Amino acid sequence: MARILPEPTPETQHFWDGCRDGELRLQRCTECKNTYFPPRAFCPSCASRKVEVYAASGRGVLWSYVINHRPRPDMGTEPYAIAVVKLDEGPTLMTNIVGCPQTPEALVLDMPVKVRFEKQTDDISLPLFEPAQS
Amino acid sequence: MMQNSVAVVGAAETTKMGKIPDVSVIGLHADAALNAMADAGLKPSDIDGVATAGISPVELAHYLGIKPTYADGTSVGGCSFMLHVRHAAAAINAGLAKTILITHGESGRSRVGAGGFGRSPSSLMGQFEMPYGVTSPPTMFTIPVLRYMKTYGVTEADLANVAVVQREWAALNPRASFKDPITVDDVLNSPMIAWPFRMLMCCLVTDGGGALILTSADRAKDFPQKPVYILGTGESVETPLISQMYDFTSSTAFKISGKKAFDEAGITHADVDHLMIYDAFAHLPLYGLEDLGFCKPGEAKDFIRERNTAIGGKLPLNTNGGGLSYMHSGMYGMYALQESVRQMRGTAAAQVRDAKISIAHGVGGMFAASGTIIFTNEK
Repeated sequence: MARILPEPTPETQHFWDGCRDGELRLQRCTECKNTYFPPRAFCPSCASRKVEVYAASGRGVLWSYVINHRPRPDMGTEPYAIAVVKLDEGPTLMTNIVGCPQTPEALVLDMPVKVRFEKQTDDISLPLFEPAQS
Repeated sequence: MMQNSVAVVGAAETTKMGKIPDVSVIGLHADAALNAMADAGLKPSDIDGVATAGISPVELAHYLGIKPTYADGTSVGGCSFMLHVRHAAAAINAGLAKTILITHGESGRSRVGAGGFGRSPSSLMGQFEMPYGVTSPPTMFTIPVLRYMKTYGVTEADLANVAVVQREWAALNPRASFKDPITVDDVLNSPMIAWPFRMLMCCLVTDGGGALILTSADRAKDFPQKPVYILGTGESVETPLISQMYDFTSSTAFKISGKKAFDEAGITHADVDHLMIYDAFAHLPLYGLEDLGFCKPGEAKDFIRERNTAIGGKLPLNTNGGGLSYMHSGMYGMYALQESVRQMRGTAAAQVRDAKISIAHGVGGMFAASGTIIFTNEK
């Protein structure tokens, strides 16, 4: 079964284009310097429309998660972690943790992770994360 | 909100509760509405304001033959009814309507005439959460909890204990879905849903409904039931995405809503005799006790373990058994309000003796919204 995929909007297109091109793109305000997520055309901290897109480090820490045992056919048959990563730049982002067992023992809060893009279609790659050296 | 200027004069749940395969969603709304009107001695033609969530207030009004001067379709999840009460109180004070009916009905289990739970793939949730495998609330509402547990040293047994204590209350309630006693081990050995959450840490899925009727305090004394006055109210909204909560260890919406309600009511925590905190999952009472200010951050687990919220404790909590044991159709806030009204009328199955102030605190969505109503039976 094909995985449920995002459908970009004009405000988020740069983010998904970045994922396709292997770059995690965030936005920041050029006035108050706040970095934010999800994408939008203005700064949620100061409401300025003067914002820019930049390539983030793709690094962060495992912030919180659950290991889902409920069925979701496009995610396979084994339990999997639905995780939130706190990026080095500040924002939190939902994702999956790949490249390690989906167990509480392997998934330790605050462990460093780095982004790994997984191609789904010609347009959409998902930003997943894997354990990284600190 | 002016203190005690508006009162609940009609309150009822659906005739049946739990598994109701022979009634549709709108039928459940109507059954609850008719029961509440009977409770208040009113007919549909006496109602001039309607509010509901799940279905449109247009559907509700026309189905019951009500031609209102006020309609509120605020729909922010399971606490929508707290917001409806708050808005209705303001509307009555402002003269927009005299007698407002608020209904809830949901075929959560049987799914008779019920809509879906789908999200557009271009919505924020569709883009930034759905692709990672979230499904139903057990896979979203629970996501912040590991961070909360690590921050405050909360254990899986602490989560389990919330369900255990609430089951003790449910045992006193003939209408509760689950009444048999359970232990912490029972909870920790129940099927895994989304680690660290086990089945008995998650709410029921049932069918049911409820309705409230509000009018001005001046008129309330002419109704058959003991009036239950609205002393204070609060509401807030936070985020449509669980991954974007401002703080994974605390609900900003709870804090804002709770503080507003306490400020309006002009009471302290020590004045509160009875408390309802919407418990879709076992962590909700922990966040609620802390964010409403009954406990310091991280101390709710101890407060519950020391039996302060249990039978005989100083702050009886979720005395109907809660969403974990009483019933949970999907938007549980109405049932929390109903239990607060019963406690203020003195008619609850597990009645708290001499209770004079009760709080019903609700959550909407997955920490998306919040509403708080403070009731009193003294004017």
